[in-house]
Amino acid sequence: MTALQILIDGFVISSLYALAAVGFTLMFGVSGVLNLAHGAIMVVAALVGWWAAGQLGLGVYAGTAIGILAGLLAAYLTYFIVVRPIQRSRKIPREETEIFVLTGTLLWGIMLQGGLAYLFSDNPITMRPLIGGITTIGGVRVPWNEIMIAAVSWVVIGLLWLLINRTPAGKAMLAASMNPRGLTLLGFDLSRIYLLVWTIYGVLAGTAGVLLASFLGVSTANTGQLTASAFSIVVVGGLGSVSGSLVAAFIVGYLETATAYLVNPTLRPIPALVLLVLVVYFRPQGLLGRR
Amino acid sequence: MTALSLGAAAPAAEEPIKIGVIGEESAVAGASITKAAQMAADDINAHGGVNGRNVEVVIYDDHSSASDAVRAFQRAVNEDKVSAVVGSYISEVALALEPWSARLHMPFITPGAASTEISRQVHDNYDQYKYTFHGWLTSAFIAQSVCDFQHDMLVGPYHVKSTVVVSEDAAWTKPLDDRYLDCLPKAGIKVLDHVRFNPDTTDFTPIFNKIEGEHPDIITTGISHVGVQPTVQWHDQHVPIAMAGQSSQATTSTFWKDTNGAAEGVITATAAAPGVALGPTTIAFTNAYIKRFGDSPSYDGYSTYDEIHVIADAIKRAGGTDPDKVVAEMEKTDYQGTLGRIKFYGKNDQYTHAIEYGPGLVTGCFIQWQNGKQVTIWPHDKANGKIEFPSFITSPR
Repeated sequence: MTALQILIDGFVISSLYALAAVGFTLMFGVSGVLNLAHGAIMVVAALVGWWAAGQLGLGVYAGTAIGILAGLLAAYLTYFIVVRPIQRSRKIPREETEIFVLTGTLLWGIMLQGGLAYLFSDNPITMRPLIGGITTIGGVRVPWNEIMIAAVSWVVIGLLWLLINRTPAGKAMLAASMNPRGLTLLGFDLSRIYLLVWTIYGVLAGTAGVLLASFLGVSTANTGQLTASAFSIVVVGGLGSVSGSLVAAFIVGYLETATAYLVNPTLRPIPALVLLVLVVYFRPQGLLGRR
Repeated sequence: MTALSLGAAAPAAEEPIKIGVIGEESAVAGASITKAAQMAADDINAHGGVNGRNVEVVIYDDHSSASDAVRAFQRAVNEDKVSAVVGSYISEVALALEPWSARLHMPFITPGAASTEISRQVHDNYDQYKYTFHGWLTSAFIAQSVCDFQHDMLVGPYHVKSTVVVSEDAAWTKPLDDRYLDCLPKAGIKVLDHVRFNPDTTDFTPIFNKIEGEHPDIITTGISHVGVQPTVQWHDQHVPIAMAGQSSQATTSTFWKDTNGAAEGVITATAAAPGVALGPTTIAFTNAYIKRFGDSPSYDGYSTYDEIHVIADAIKRAGGTDPDKVVAEMEKTDYQGTLGRIKFYGKNDQYTHAIEYGPGLVTGCFIQWQNGKQVTIWPHDKANGKIEFPSFITSPR
């Protein structure tokens, strides 16, 4: 019974982790950007979605759409206000660009968090479930909403896979992650590829944020934790490796869930962090990393 | 840290009496403190002020941080020259302010913290710590009121015989849980398990799962830092056991909106509830607060409103703001406010300077969320409704 419960709960949370982390890792793979405002962007989507659905009274479907749009907008703002000026600056030495991007997005994330706390308070919010009701799987009560969250996560990840592997734009993106200079020599405009990556990233982070709001609930105080969890998953999986992130999301999700059920809910994040340290020690390129 | 001076139109030419108010604007309970303090000052000034002087509240935001709160306290005393401070609903923060109240000889009341440590310090080191007052029920009394409520309302009518105590790990819940474990069995309820969890917890499914496996008749809560997430998950996952205890976030009307109505059926202890006259000013204050700010006050809004009056009255009787004289007058407090009749325990009582608990004094009340409204279900003479559980609840029935 507990085993089945862990299996089901772990699957839902892992799917959501995977959804939240693939955009993060894709962006690093393609454009070398580690976006430390990641958690804040997810929370923007969650809070705006909640606000539109409940406070504006537009309902949960419109709220979800508006929330995802808000996530996309926040991603664009991050790109155009913070990341692109740093990438294009001639005053910043090339080898230090990544550090500046890291610092810039970290501070931007803190600013977003402060602004959100001012507008929405740091009280956690939860969106009404997209589908209500409960079903029973092998004696375990499972809300339909959780099944839907796992399904939506996988559909979105599947669409991303198709986009990357089956469309010219996706293939150009993949090429940019392998050899950006070669791509520019072939006449591709890198900045358009970057914009595409940020668009995909914004939609993924926004979707993950809204789904999280309807699953566990979100507060402005969670931004750091959300960034950290995406970061750990991506490092365990291998920086820039999308499939590595998917595998790592499931390892981390199940480790956390099993710990919470079998040991103590308070110790939930610890084993995954221990794993992170071990990976950094013994396999710094990550489970499926190339570098 | 921001400081805002908010004074009403001055009927008096003399310098206003300043009272520092430390809250937190981005938390529901923290914002109730500063809003209620403004209302109290406005009301006092509308009635002629204190000995012809206006009351001015100086507001600080501590972001729920003890170090920010201490800086605010120092600034209030040293730069803004306040005559008393009302602050915080978090025990860790109030305990950090207490030594500064002693060191700077500054009368200080916390309207919302609950730890019994606050009054124990005053009791153990009276001469030094007498400047601190505990303006809310101590955790021990909150737990006692939960036991009294469960005994009256659940043991008999609902045949409740067992419970699991679930509390967040925080300073205020240590004495709360100690008393729970002592008084629940005395009320006829066996404690099957005692779960303490990290306030950073976001997924409560494993906790509910564990509790459900132990088959208690009721879940006894001790939560304040968390509230929305466990409540929504309890509702969405149809956890079939009702929750009754202290759930501080459920004391304000915003809780219904924040949980999208998942609060339905939740029972909590609170200071006072809309429409229930615990004291002569409860209803007028609640209505005025809702009219001005849109939502009903959190539990500490009621206590803050009363305590600004308590301080003003003490200054009036003391004929000035000399801290030792003000403290001596505050000890003589016998004030009819929104909470009921407010008196403080004396030097030789166990909980020195804490609010006296009991019938005819302050008991708080118990509310249950029903169809978007807080229905008062205990004590009997104040109740305006009956307990009703949502359909997914099978225990108690």
